Amino acid sequence: MLDDALSGDFADAPREAARAFRAVLDAMARPGKIVDILGGAAPAPISPAAATLMLTLCDGETPLYLAPGHDGAAIRQWIAFHIGAPIVDRENAMFALGNWAALAPQTGFPIGTPEYPDRSATLIVEVDALTSEGAHLTGPGIESEAHLSLPETGFFARNAALFPLGVDCVFTSGSRLAALPRSTRVEDR
Amino acid sequence: MSDYNFAYLDEQTKRMIRRAILKGVAIPGYQVPFASREMPMPYGWGTGGVQVSAACLTPEDKLKVIDQGADDTTNAVSIRKFFERTAGVETTERTNEATVIQTRHRIPEEPLTEDQILVYQVPIPEPLRFLEPRETETRKMHALEEYGLMHVKLYEDISRHGHIATSYAYPVKVEGRYVMDPSPIPKFDNPKMEMAGLQLFGAGREQRIYAIPPFTRVVSLDFEDHPFEASKADHPCDLCGAGDSYLDEVITDDAGGRMFVCSDTDFCAGRQDAGYRGRLNAEEAA
Repeated sequence: MLDDALSGDFADAPREAARAFRAVLDAMARPGKIVDILGGAAPAPISPAAATLMLTLCDGETPLYLAPGHDGAAIRQWIAFHIGAPIVDRENAMFALGNWAALAPQTGFPIGTPEYPDRSATLIVEVDALTSEGAHLTGPGIESEAHLSLPETGFFARNAALFPLGVDCVFTSGSRLAALPRSTRVEDR
Repeated sequence: MSDYNFAYLDEQTKRMIRRAILKGVAIPGYQVPFASREMPMPYGWGTGGVQVSAACLTPEDKLKVIDQGADDTTNAVSIRKFFERTAGVETTERTNEATVIQTRHRIPEEPLTEDQILVYQVPIPEPLRFLEPRETETRKMHALEEYGLMHVKLYEDISRHGHIATSYAYPVKVEGRYVMDPSPIPKFDNPKMEMAGLQLFGAGREQRIYAIPPFTRVVSLDFEDHPFEASKADHPCDLCGAGDSYLDEVITDDAGGRMFVCSDTDFCAGRQDAGYRGRLNAEEAA
């Protein structure tokens, strides 16, 4: 957390971004796994994990949607200086940042097309806490089953039913991160 | 250290590749287009695999590179040197010590763990390409899950040869959705693709990246009356005596002499170090 738009970037971008990416890759390849990710800092209320993730993946080529609560002059200045991502509405976003409730309606984000399912949004969802309990996860990347504290299950179950279309989600809390790709089947139990 | 950026590529390029890799992992078996860069090596020498490796490597990684299973061939040696120089990472020839393994056309014999990433070099990523040359059409076929043509091709194999004659780059279906080219690995390796490690595929000239997350269902296409069979030369290794590894046939003279050796050099050397001996090796020792 900081209020200076000029600081908060990686000190050694190539190496820190490489480590951060490997953590995200590990999380995305193993849904439900919680990893640590460090190196970036952005104005409140953006978590260090979300800031690091944006520094690792976002740039001038990735339209970004800021949900209410994660928008404001200080945040926009920080993004303009460090990332350069154009701030857009949800229909045109490649990435979106915000709390789960503030991101609603989540169905408004691009889910890709049948020919190009990769042209879909990645939601960076800030949550209060991440634990390996709660919703029941199965699918690619999970040997038998996994659990992850999700803000809800209904949306994610419907999102998985759209496969190969759908959005991919990354949950951030403090310096921790977990991912839920569209391929993961989510159940309440 | 050298004057190159860490792992050769600039940061903007790495972000672009990393985004493609993540989408590939989220949609197992789907080929994600990416803006492949020119690399300081010719197409066909692993420019796709090198870009994927460059985007994945961290300073702490230990890299292994194999070409048809061997650590000591030109392609493997030059790519290993490339990353030693541009990323300063440690390299190894031991499968169990490596964290990132870049491979051309083989999966190591030793099962991979969940701490390992296998990066494949892919020449033609589109399994339907030789059946339908138009990208617009193959893309539509994937979108509609229209894979009948591939089964017709396998059926024609059977009607012509009596069995499915495809022996490498044998098509697989990933998690019940996308038909995928596993790159030209021998079909002997196909069953290993259901593994604990993460598998990433990079095709540089064709500008595609795709992935198989750990523990993903990978099924080789077949028919009920002609089930898939992972075949290999019916012979033990002449150097280490292994009966369960994939073998290369080596011509040794011009009078029909030949020997069979493990294609995985690290696996073979490890067995020989442990005292196992094959037919020809025993004679030399005597």
